[in-house]
Amino acid sequence: MAEFGNPDVIQEEVDILMIGGGMACCGAAYEVMRWADAAKAEQGVDLKIKLVDKAAMDRSGAVAQGLSAINTYIGTEQDPADYTRMVANDLMGITRDDLAYDVGRHVDDSVHLFEEWGLPIWKTDANGERHDGAAAIGEGLPSLKDGGKPVRSGKWQIMINGESYKWIVAEAAKKALGMDRIEERIFIVKLINDANDKNRIAGAVGFSTRNHTLHIYKAKAILLAAGGCVNIFRPRSVGEGTGRAWYPVWNAGSTYAMAAEAGAELTMMENRFVPCRFKDGYGPVGAWFLLFKARATNGYGEDYLTKNKAMLDQYPPYGQAAVPASCLRNHVMLKEMKEGRGPIWMDTVTALGKLRDTLSPREVKHLEAEAWEDFLDMCIGQCGIWVGENVEPEKKNSELMPTEPYLLGSHSGCCGIWTSGPTDLGAPTTELHADAGKIPAHLPSGWNWGYRGMTTVKGLFTAGDGVGAAGHKFSSGSHTEGRLAAKAMVKYCLDNKDVKVELDTSVEQLVEDIYRPVRTYLEFKDYSTAIDVNPNYITPKMLQFRLQKIMDEYVAGVATYYNTNDKMLEVAEDKLNMLKEDAMKMRAKDLHELLRAWENYHRILTAEAHMKHIQFREESRYPGFYYRTDKNFVDEENWKCFGNSIYDKTTQKWTNFKRAHVDLVDKSKLFKAAAPH
Amino acid sequence: MPTFVRTDKCDGCKGQDKTACMYICPHDLMKLDRDGSETGHAMRAFNQEPEQCWECYSCVKICPQQAIECRHYADVVPLGGSVQPLRGSDSIMWTIKFRNGVLKRFKFPIRTTPEGSIDCYGGKPSPKLADIEVTGSFTRDVTGGFRPGNPAELLRK
Repeated sequence: MAEFGNPDVIQEEVDILMIGGGMACCGAAYEVMRWADAAKAEQGVDLKIKLVDKAAMDRSGAVAQGLSAINTYIGTEQDPADYTRMVANDLMGITRDDLAYDVGRHVDDSVHLFEEWGLPIWKTDANGERHDGAAAIGEGLPSLKDGGKPVRSGKWQIMINGESYKWIVAEAAKKALGMDRIEERIFIVKLINDANDKNRIAGAVGFSTRNHTLHIYKAKAILLAAGGCVNIFRPRSVGEGTGRAWYPVWNAGSTYAMAAEAGAELTMMENRFVPCRFKDGYGPVGAWFLLFKARATNGYGEDYLTKNKAMLDQYPPYGQAAVPASCLRNHVMLKEMKEGRGPIWMDTVTALGKLRDTLSPREVKHLEAEAWEDFLDMCIGQCGIWVGENVEPEKKNSELMPTEPYLLGSHSGCCGIWTSGPTDLGAPTTELHADAGKIPAHLPSGWNWGYRGMTTVKGLFTAGDGVGAAGHKFSSGSHTEGRLAAKAMVKYCLDNKDVKVELDTSVEQLVEDIYRPVRTYLEFKDYSTAIDVNPNYITPKMLQFRLQKIMDEYVAGVATYYNTNDKMLEVAEDKLNMLKEDAMKMRAKDLHELLRAWENYHRILTAEAHMKHIQFREESRYPGFYYRTDKNFVDEENWKCFGNSIYDKTTQKWTNFKRAHVDLVDKSKLFKAAAPH
Repeated sequence: MPTFVRTDKCDGCKGQDKTACMYICPHDLMKLDRDGSETGHAMRAFNQEPEQCWECYSCVKICPQQAIECRHYADVVPLGGSVQPLRGSDSIMWTIKFRNGVLKRFKFPIRTTPEGSIDCYGGKPSPKLADIEVTGSFTRDVTGGFRPGNPAELLRK
C-alpha cells in the first residue's frame, strides 16, 4: 500500500509525451492527433500519445486567468517579414529570424480557430466603432476568417473578451486528445536520457501531487513546454503580495532546468524581461498606451519618453525604430527614478478626458468598461489595488513601476532552448561564427537539423517559452509553435520507428532522487520541536528566499537598479553553488511541499544559467533590463551573436559559447535616419 | 489578494474526493480540511499558501457555492474594497466595491459558443503523410490564416 515517502511506481511507455498544459501543449495536442491518425491510416503505425500537466488544463499556464488581447495577429495587411523585424528590434537585434518568421506565417491559423471555437474577438464596424466579441456577432459583423476587422490596440495586438480564453483552447485540446490520453496533477521533474546514446531522450519522471504515485514515462519524443521562470528574483512585494508576480507564479523554470540537465543547448539565457507595469498590481499598460493614448510622466508631469529621447540615439539602431526596443523604454524611465524624479505616473485622467471630448456618451460608457475589462480579463489583482486605493482612472492617475526580472521566451523576452527551425527561409546550415571551433563538437551546425522544434537532444522538442531567441509569440504564437512541433514529432517517430530507447537511470535511483526531500523530512523531523527549524534540512520556502536574495543583490535585481558587474557575479556564483548543494537537503512534509521543492530546484538551475550567461556576455545588451557596469555598452562588433550554453549534469559545469547571428530579412526598413550627434 | 473561503457557504463540495477549488487551482493552493484539524472547520476548503496566490480567481469563479472571495494583499492594499465575479456560461458579471463605497458593475462576454460544444475536427481536412514536411498545419487551407509572405523579403533565398 502506497504511503507518504513510499510511492507506488507507475511505468508507462509512449511514443509522444507532452509535458505541460498551457497554450503550447494545447496547440500540440490539437495538431498531433490528426497526423497520428494519418500515420495509422497510411502506415498502420499506432502512436501512443500522452499529455501530463501539473495543474488542470482548463486553467493552467500563463493564460490561466485569461487575457484581454491576443498580442500576435498578423492580419492581411502585414507580412511575416514585418513581424520578424519587430521581434528582432525589440530584442536588440539578436533573434532567430527563421523561428519568428515561421510563427508569423502560421499564427493567424490558430487565432481563426480560437474564434471558431468561441473566443469573442472585438470588431470594428464600417463607421470605425468598436464592438465586443459577442455584440459583433449580434450586429452581423463577419469573423476574422471572413474578413472581419479586429480592433487593433497596437500593430500586432487585437482585443478580445478573453476571460475564458484558456478554457476554450483547452476544451479543443482535450477533445482532440481524449481524456484517456491526459493526466493532470502530475509534475514532471526530470528528463531521462537514453542509456545507449546520451544525446537522445528516453523518458521523463515525475510524481502525482494528489496520490502517492511516482510516474516514469518512457518516450521516443517529448515536447517540453512548461512555461518560463518566475520568482528567482526577490519580488517587490514580499509579504502576502509575493504571489502577485507579473508572470504566473507557478512558472518555475522547469522547461529550462530539465532541458539543461538533459544536455540541451540553451540560448540567450542572459535575456530577461522587466515589464513596466502599474505598480504593485502589475496590471497591463498596453491598452492604456496604445488604445487609450495615455502618456507616462515623471513625478513632476514631464513626459520622460520625449524629454529623454536623445538617450535612445545612444543605442543605434535599436533605439531609433518607430517603436524603440522595450528595454530602452525602461532605460529612459529608470533615469527619472534614479535621479529622484519619481513617482512615475500613467496619466489616465488626461487620456480619458481627451477621449470624452470626441466620443458619444454611449461610447464613453463603453470605454470605461473596456478599461476595467482590460484588468478583469487578465490581472484582477490590479482592480484590487484600484478599489483599495480608490483609484477611478478618470479621476486619479496610477503609478507605474518596473518589476522584478522574469525569464521567458514568449513575451518581450527571448531566453530559452536552441531549437531547429524551418528549412525554407534561407537559414544558415553551417556555423558562421569566427569562434565556431569553440562550440562543443557533438552539437549541430546551422539553424535546422531535421525536425522543427527539436532541441539539440534527439527526440526532445520544445515550444512557447521554451524556444529561445524568438520572443513575441505570446499566447497565439505559443499555440502555433506547439502545433509545428507536434507535426515534427510525428515525423520523428515515424523516422525512428525501430529505435528502442532505454532509460539511463534505474527505477530505484529515480525514486530515491525524486522523493529525497520526503525521506529527508521523515528521517529528521523529530530532531527538533519546531518543524521548520532543523539543522538537517531546509524548507523549500527558505531556499527560495535565499535564491531570491542572491539574485536580487548580485545578479541585477531591483535592489541594485538592475546593475551588476563581473565581481558581483563571482560572489553570486559562489553563493549559488552552496545553494545548489543545500538543495539536496530540502525537505517536503507533504506532496504540496514536494511540488515546491522541485519547483525551486528548477528555479536554481535556471538562475544559474542566467548568471553564467550574463557573465559570458561582456557587454550590456539590454539597457533597462540589466546593466553590466563593468561593460556598460552595446558591443555590436563582438557581441551581436547568440550566447549559448550546455550544462553537464554529471560535473555540474556550464560551457558557454557563441553562435553567429544572421539576418534573413532586411532590418533597415525599420529605422528612421539616425539623429545627428 | 489571496482568496479565502467563507465558513458559512463552503460545503466541501459535499465530500467528493476533490473539491472544485482543489481541482482548478493552477498553483495547488486549495486544500480540503476533512476533519477540521488544520483550520478548526471540518469539511471546508482553505487556501494553504496565501502568499503564493496569483489572484487568478480560478477558484472564485468555479466555486459552486460562491463561497470563495478575495481579501486584497494585506501588505500592499488598504482594506475595504472588493472585486467579485459571477461567471455564467456565456458571460461574467463583476461587482466592484471601492474602499470609499463607490460601486461599479460590469458584464462581459466570455464565449460565443455553448460550453462543451467545440467540434474540434468538424469540417477540417484529414492530412496525408505526404504533406508532413510541407509548410503549414493541417488546417492551413481552411482557416484562411496562413500568411505565405512576400518571398522578395527573404534576403538569403
